[in-house]
Amino acid sequence: MDYSPLLISLKCAILSTIITFFTGIYAAFLTTRLKRYKSLVDGILTLPLVLPPTVVGFLLLIFLGKNGFIGRFLNQYNISIIFSQAANIIASFLVSFPLMYRTIRGAFEQIDPYIIYVARTLGLSEHKIFMRIMLPNSIPSIVAGTVLSFARALGEFGATIMVAGNIPGKTQTMAIAIYNAVQSGNRELAYRWVFILVIISLITVIILNKFEQKGSTKIGRE
Amino acid sequence: MLYVNIRKKLNDFTLDIQFETNNETLALLGPSGSGKSMTLKCIAGIEKPDEGEIILNDRILFSSRKKINLPPQKRKIGLLFQNYALFPNMTLEENIKIAVSKKHKDKDRIVKEFINRFSLEGLENSYPYELSGGQQQRAALARMLVNEPELIMLDEPFSALDDHLKWQMEQELINLLNEQKMNSIFVSHNRDEAYRISDKIAVLESGKILSLGTKDELFNNPKSVNVAKILGCSNISRIEKIDEKEVYAIDWDMKLICKRFVDENVKYIGIFENNIEIHEDINSKNTFELKIVKIIENAFSYVLTLKNPNGKSNIYLKVNKNDFNRYNLAFKEFLNVKLREENLLLLY
Repeated sequence: MDYSPLLISLKCAILSTIITFFTGIYAAFLTTRLKRYKSLVDGILTLPLVLPPTVVGFLLLIFLGKNGFIGRFLNQYNISIIFSQAANIIASFLVSFPLMYRTIRGAFEQIDPYIIYVARTLGLSEHKIFMRIMLPNSIPSIVAGTVLSFARALGEFGATIMVAGNIPGKTQTMAIAIYNAVQSGNRELAYRWVFILVIISLITVIILNKFEQKGSTKIGRE
Repeated sequence: MLYVNIRKKLNDFTLDIQFETNNETLALLGPSGSGKSMTLKCIAGIEKPDEGEIILNDRILFSSRKKINLPPQKRKIGLLFQNYALFPNMTLEENIKIAVSKKHKDKDRIVKEFINRFSLEGLENSYPYELSGGQQQRAALARMLVNEPELIMLDEPFSALDDHLKWQMEQELINLLNEQKMNSIFVSHNRDEAYRISDKIAVLESGKILSLGTKDELFNNPKSVNVAKILGCSNISRIEKIDEKEVYAIDWDMKLICKRFVDENVKYIGIFENNIEIHEDINSKNTFELKIVKIIENAFSYVLTLKNPNGKSNIYLKVNKNDFNRYNLAFKEFLNVKLREENLLLLY
């Protein structure tokens, strides 16, 4: 059995989760400070969560394809993203980003605003408030957001198949391998991948629960 | 010295506040939603006024004319909120340490000093949720003062405490304010609390200061009928002037002799429910026979609702239980009360 789909899935999910981690936290931080257009910005950032993944994939094709706005620019340097692992990562990132962003935004909004006010009057810089107060008080949500994003990225199918395609050994992830196996009538292979995917997903959710319990007892508000 | 002159448009009203204080404790007293907390937020720099000026000890904190708006970090103002807003992820020691100014070299020594001063020894490694209400308040006070503010502002600091703790914390705070001799502003909706803690009281309603003065001035002569109501004066009647020393209280159907000169602008008369006396001699000045129409029992006192047979509104009187029993008071009985001329408030 060729294990490349497992490795590709893990690699792309890990990389996309790393990007999601930083961008999600930063986006959550920025939107909580927005005074105007807050719900519009929030809507745009959440959109990939509610749109069918095929729509995300189609929009990505438009932007990244040879005639697309970004694709044409990259083409000048002989870089093509479509049907590469980079497309895998971008697709996973886009669909998993809202999960991270929303979980962390929720945590930031739950922080008592008076804590932030007092921190400011005590002379703490905005950067210090973010690093020493906002982040440490959101650890359970950051863990939850990260795990959820990872699980989502790992199972990503719709957007991926549109922009990354189904190239064995290159862009074929586990989710796509299952589809491929079923299409070609290879039931046994499909079962195997389904089994592996279920096990990995289950482990992630169990890890998530462990952290959530820990978090709620340590930073118990009362 | 603190000088405040600001305006800010809010949803329900426009905040329009002017006052000046000199190393004293000023209480902002008013019902909830009167703009007390918003005033504090504007002074602290958390909210930005639409226009005006805020000056603290010769430093301009805010000036719409000069386009100055210092961030809260640079204002040197200490804030204490009712929930204390301790940082939940930090131990008590870390909470205090983070507030020590960068210019100090030996932070640990200062932190230790404040922990001792506020009797918080042994709690250095406790998290805020492990502290009692009183300990949390002391920790928040220590954190605020270790930062060396030039002005401290307290926003209803006792409203989250139990009654028995409240008394103790209030005494500690009064001692502290007396020690510090610094500008402080204290927000409250409780007149007795404001009276005990502050030197001066500003009465707020709908974003405006109705009256500002020393607490004795205010309680002896609140002048405005709205101020009297906010101070908790429940006995108020419209009047008709008879002469310079006498008025007719329309709603109570009483002729009352006043100590203060009654000028043309006086429209109402009032008296605090604690200031009405039970008096046996009906022929005494300002003494009337009223009917008891309702009795409300408190833990240690009764509030009697009284009515002059021809009067339109009620008069409320508070008596302690001993007096209540001594005078054999009962529902529907008549009672002689005296409204002492020096206790009558002439209101506009």
